[in-house]
Amino acid sequence: MSLTKKRTAYLLVLPYVVYFVAFVGYPLCFSLILMFHRWDIVTPMEWVGLKNFIRLAADRLFFKSIGNTLIFLLIHIPLQIAVALGLALLLNSRIWFRGFFRAVFFMPVVVSGVVVTILWQQMYAYDNGVFNGILSAVGVPRVPWLVDPGVAMSSIALMATWKNVGIYIVLFLVGLQNIPRELYESAEIDGATSARQFFHVTFPLLNPTIIAIVVLSTIGGFSLFIEPYVMTGGGPMQSTLSAMLYIYNQAFYFNHMGYAATLGFVFALIILGVVVLQRKFIETEPT
Amino acid sequence: MTKTLKYLALAIGAVVFAYPFVWMIAGSLKPEMEIPNLSLWSSNFSLTSYAHVFERIPISRAFLNSMFVSCSITALVVVLSSMVGYALAKLNFFGKEALYLLIMFTMMIPFQITLIPQYVLMVKLQWTDTYLALIVPSMMSGLGIILFRQSFRGIPDALIDAARMDGCSEFTILFRLIWPLSKPVILTVAILTFMASWNDVLWPLIVIRDRSLMTMPQLVTIFVTGGEAESQLGSLLAAATLLALPVILAYSFFQRYFIESMASTGIKG
Repeated sequence: MSLTKKRTAYLLVLPYVVYFVAFVGYPLCFSLILMFHRWDIVTPMEWVGLKNFIRLAADRLFFKSIGNTLIFLLIHIPLQIAVALGLALLLNSRIWFRGFFRAVFFMPVVVSGVVVTILWQQMYAYDNGVFNGILSAVGVPRVPWLVDPGVAMSSIALMATWKNVGIYIVLFLVGLQNIPRELYESAEIDGATSARQFFHVTFPLLNPTIIAIVVLSTIGGFSLFIEPYVMTGGGPMQSTLSAMLYIYNQAFYFNHMGYAATLGFVFALIILGVVVLQRKFIETEPT
Repeated sequence: MTKTLKYLALAIGAVVFAYPFVWMIAGSLKPEMEIPNLSLWSSNFSLTSYAHVFERIPISRAFLNSMFVSCSITALVVVLSSMVGYALAKLNFFGKEALYLLIMFTMMIPFQITLIPQYVLMVKLQWTDTYLALIVPSMMSGLGIILFRQSFRGIPDALIDAARMDGCSEFTILFRLIWPLSKPVILTVAILTFMASWNDVLWPLIVIRDRSLMTMPQLVTIFVTGGEAESQLGSLLAAATLLALPVILAYSFFQRYFIESMASTGIKG
């Protein structure tokens, strides 16, 4: 390889290196410094040692916000996998208008979360929302979708499922099409019912897809922010305060930059921990 | 019989996913009193709610801001990421493996950890309330680089060597030879980048306070949470419709590419 070619190679990757240093490397290092300071971004930084971590350890609201986010994930992920798999199985058979149905299910994915949130906020309204309108028309009592602290996070999880399920339908469709037909044929020769075929062929072979979906929606779910920000502001009684919303408030509402950096760091460690645990847990499951 | 049930289930699904959007558009045109009911038709359709939105917030300016920011980011990401992807796929240089590992590592860092210090950087550079703060931190994409690298590796070396024999520089090879052969991956990266930047709200909320520089989703968010909508359902739905319409239009023309792009990576828009 000639010298000029090598030089061109460095020229090609130079923008990335500059970008990495400025927008990844520097912020990472700076966050490590910021964690040990108190700073309101206006007055000079003040060294506080481990105080931010001590404060975090006793910060009930931070742990509540982590708990809220986990509740969101626990409802959102299984619901999403069930709905996505169900619709993908329907779409995977020989049917008319397949492309049309796929396009409709995918539509909420491309639209801004702000639009979806405004829309669902109206539909969730207690007195004159669409959902309670339907419920009272069929004689079921109204549901306090966003006003009851015990229900609000589930309502947000339901909305998030509606918004994102399109991606996972498509991922399941790819997974289903990768299953060799011969497996079903030999299962049929062995006299397996379609239920048995599902649990012994389809489901185990979709394991990689399911792992991908769990990991992707966990990472996505941990960044839950705009939905509670617009819909509930974190209420009622902090029941929809997500960890990301709490960090945002600490940084940009109270100007606690040092403390928010500490929260962000610890939260990132928690995310990585959960993702690693998930991988281990799902992959070692007997298939 | 099972066939009928299947279609029934799919039809119910389609209604569940499409109805809210139709209801939103209908609601934005209906008088305030009629919005809560389920029907999609009213004899009193009017543009009053839209007039209210245009009166209250600089929404057309926000649309242009969003267009400018998302187009700039998309162009930068496609050009810069394909450069790095090409170097990683087809050239040999010292530190190549290290660079690849660095990019993978960067993609695994949760953004929560760099969010605050990135904001501090914007303040220090005095970039807050400028387009720079919206564009520059997103001008490179690790995912884009990985996708370009994968795609370029499939291009035969003989083709590139022949171009080199003819005296083409590596830049000419990339933009004149490789790009025309790589339209699908360029489209994938462009759609993913455009969608992500168009729909991002958190970062604009952090770095932009000046209303004339706000992106469209940000301005609509402020409109909803800041009380300017005066709890008028019609105005809220009109603002949401204006925000959704460009994306829905683009999607209805290119839906196959949207779906395939996102399916190829599993990344959210």
